Amino acid sequence: MSKRLIDLQHITKSFDGQMVLDDLNLYIRENEFLTLLGPSGCGKTTTLRIIGGFETPDEGTVIFDGKDITKLAPNERQLNTVFQKYALFPHMSIAENIAFGLKIRKKSKAYIEDKIKYALKLVNLDGFEKRSINSLSGGQQQRIAIARAIVNEPKVLLLDEPLGALDLKLRQDMQYELIRLKNELGITFVYVTHDQEEALTMSDTIVVMNQGYIQQVGTPQDIYNEPINAFVADFIGESNIINGTMIEDRLVKILDVKFPCVDEGFGTNTPVDVVIRPEDVVLVSPEQGMLEGDVTSLIFKGVHWEIEVLANGYEWLVQTTQMHPVGSHVGILVDPFNIQIMNKPESNDEKAVESDA
Amino acid sequence: MVRKSAERIYLFLIFLFLYLPIVVLIVLSFNNSKSKVHWGGFTLNWYKRLFSSSSIMEAFYTTIFITLASALIATLLGTLAALGIDAMKKRGQAVMLGATNIPLLNADIVTGISMMLLFVRFTRLGMNTVLIAHITFNIPYVILNVLPKLKQSSRTTYEAALDLGATPLYAFSKIIWPQILPGVLSGFLMSMTMSLDDFSVTYFTKGTGINTLSTMIYTEMRKGIRPEMYALSTILFLIALILLLFLNYGKTAHKEPHH
Amino acid sequence: MRNLKRQLLAGPYLIWMIGFILLPVAVILYYAFTTTSGSFTFLNVSSITFSVHLKALLLSLKLALICTIICLILSYPLAMILNGMKTKSQGFVVFIFILPMWMNFMLRILAWKMLLSNNGVINSLLGTLGLPKLDILNTPTAVVFCMVYDFLPFMILPIYNAMARIQADTIEAARDLGAGTITIFFKIILPLTMSGVVSGIIMVFVPALTSFAVSDLLGGGKVLLIGNVIEQAFMQEYNWNLGSGLSFVLMIFVIVSMALMNSRGDEGGTGVW
Repeated sequence: MSKRLIDLQHITKSFDGQMVLDDLNLYIRENEFLTLLGPSGCGKTTTLRIIGGFETPDEGTVIFDGKDITKLAPNERQLNTVFQKYALFPHMSIAENIAFGLKIRKKSKAYIEDKIKYALKLVNLDGFEKRSINSLSGGQQQRIAIARAIVNEPKVLLLDEPLGALDLKLRQDMQYELIRLKNELGITFVYVTHDQEEALTMSDTIVVMNQGYIQQVGTPQDIYNEPINAFVADFIGESNIINGTMIEDRLVKILDVKFPCVDEGFGTNTPVDVVIRPEDVVLVSPEQGMLEGDVTSLIFKGVHWEIEVLANGYEWLVQTTQMHPVGSHVGILVDPFNIQIMNKPESNDEKAVESDA
Repeated sequence: MVRKSAERIYLFLIFLFLYLPIVVLIVLSFNNSKSKVHWGGFTLNWYKRLFSSSSIMEAFYTTIFITLASALIATLLGTLAALGIDAMKKRGQAVMLGATNIPLLNADIVTGISMMLLFVRFTRLGMNTVLIAHITFNIPYVILNVLPKLKQSSRTTYEAALDLGATPLYAFSKIIWPQILPGVLSGFLMSMTMSLDDFSVTYFTKGTGINTLSTMIYTEMRKGIRPEMYALSTILFLIALILLLFLNYGKTAHKEPHH
Repeated sequence: MRNLKRQLLAGPYLIWMIGFILLPVAVILYYAFTTTSGSFTFLNVSSITFSVHLKALLLSLKLALICTIICLILSYPLAMILNGMKTKSQGFVVFIFILPMWMNFMLRILAWKMLLSNNGVINSLLGTLGLPKLDILNTPTAVVFCMVYDFLPFMILPIYNAMARIQADTIEAARDLGAGTITIFFKIILPLTMSGVVSGIIMVFVPALTSFAVSDLLGGGKVLLIGNVIEQAFMQEYNWNLGSGLSFVLMIFVIVSMALMNSRGDEGGTGVW
């Protein structure tokens, strides 16, 4: 494992008495693509701005490459930011925009020209030097913003919802571009988004945040397959989150039906949250199912059908490649491995998390 | 910290520069003494004298009439013109707007003189010529306020209304009018303030018979300053304050939903 | 067809425009290039080279320039301070600084005449402090003073508007790329507010150059600006041809100075409103 490049220790930040970050601890490794993921107001952008130096934490330390940079101004930090709305300088040409940081560092003219060429090539906009900012599309402006940041050879690139203003197709293209860029540059990316699909596609590590707290840190697979609580499960893709009771090890009661599962150590007769992904719900004939229900809605989504089944008073969300018309009577089956058991929240903070979800 | 207080001091000094003269005028308007320095007790005497002076009151009424009438007529002509210009092709628009810019770009003194030269050929200078002159320099402000609103309002909404069976007049009053109304109103208010504030154009087009407040104060000041002028200043300052508060309130009321 | 009908709405204004905007310009041009008997001449225009006229024109240029520079120096920091304030109080404070703009022009002159007069407030204040009297009434200094007072808000507003339009993240991006406070000012803030500065300069310089009332009332007949020369030609000497000729020269000066300024600034859009 590579070394820790950025270390956030006990970061607390509030605005106008409103707590935004509460004792946040997080480290970012060298060459990692780390994504801060969460709904708006969860503190992800504030965290990024603290790393970038645009906000000073009320308490806590920011360590960068072994040095305390908590009080350092943004212009004295070895990292660069790609802003949500690009923040290109409207009175400068594209080349001037890209050269901005290099001129401040007093680089030679030849060096700057080389760098501009290189950066434009990297973001697939060769030959755009002389163009004005206003002549560019949103996607092109975002590429220039990235080029402007990376020519300074930062150790870390901070990206604040950089694809938020782009349309769907462009966003998907840019995701692959960003992965390619990161691999070519070999630097650390810290990426902020509220889009779980973006996070799952690009990241090495995802940090799920809500209401100023880190909910879970892990690889995309970890986060998707083993969400630590109902909030994460719900935020990462759609889920069936159902109240259940853990009867004993490997047996959980959901909606008055006992389901075998693989989880242990929750004690006996403990209330729990049960998470079942919609693609893990199998629809069978009524007599084969563990419980029976009626199809209430059917939507064609291209790769699969999205079906809602009312069974034992709960609307099950199901994704399947087989069509079941509305009104048909079906059975529901779930593999024990696909049942995820989670403790009910205990503290008030965690409850807040749940109600938000 | 040091910087903050330096900023405060700077703001305060400019504030003082801007308002000290006004405050002194207001204080003196209540001063029971002709001196500009000594306080001779509180009095409303200058206000009484102001209201009993027929020349001042006449100038006051003339000003109000010119201001309101010129703003109203300019708003009517200007709004119609904006609607027409908006329907024109690029070339026509450029010609119309180019000519519209002339009174805005020209120095007031030149505008006033050129109109005077024209008027004396055909008529006697007086209330009518002042009114025409004011309307002329007010129309551009109306056009420049209404035209952007027209450009913002999309043509398709108007066409959609026609498509849904509305007559052109009905579609105009229900679709276009509400969208340009803020521009019409600010054009009207701006015309009023321009008219109220004008001196140079009035000075050259008024002839000998009439005075607006601006030209009257000018003539008075050449003779010396009478304390009634302080009282007049106070009243006009209040009018300006109310007008601008009204304007600003209208603007913030529009912006409110964004915040 | 419907489009053509709508164009007709501009008809009344078109007639008005021809009658009261274009025709007066034509008339002033006619007078400027003819003698009293109606024959063509350049004399009215070229009389600007007479030493009295030339002196007045140069003094006007000088005072207008000084006035504009003072306004600019006072306004730029003010606009920055205003822009840096919290948004809640900002609107009200900006309102306060442009309010004097809406007070009658004549009254603003009156206020300064009264303050500066020999037995006025400023001198009695200086007197009680034991300082010598300030005898600036009827001098060019008094005229410039009053012009600055008159036109300052016209400089503050466009600069402030341009500054308020700069996005916060543009500044942050510059800091992120390593720019310090000074670099940010010269490379980002100043260029982005240039259009406002240009509008401000035009809105102050043109009226200052062409004014005649301020110099008439505060100069006591001793400060003769080009505006005064023109006014006197019309109202005292009744020499309309000369007055028109000089007005034509003034028009040219205004147009040239505006064109000069506009070529430096970007596209405008920073009006008073």
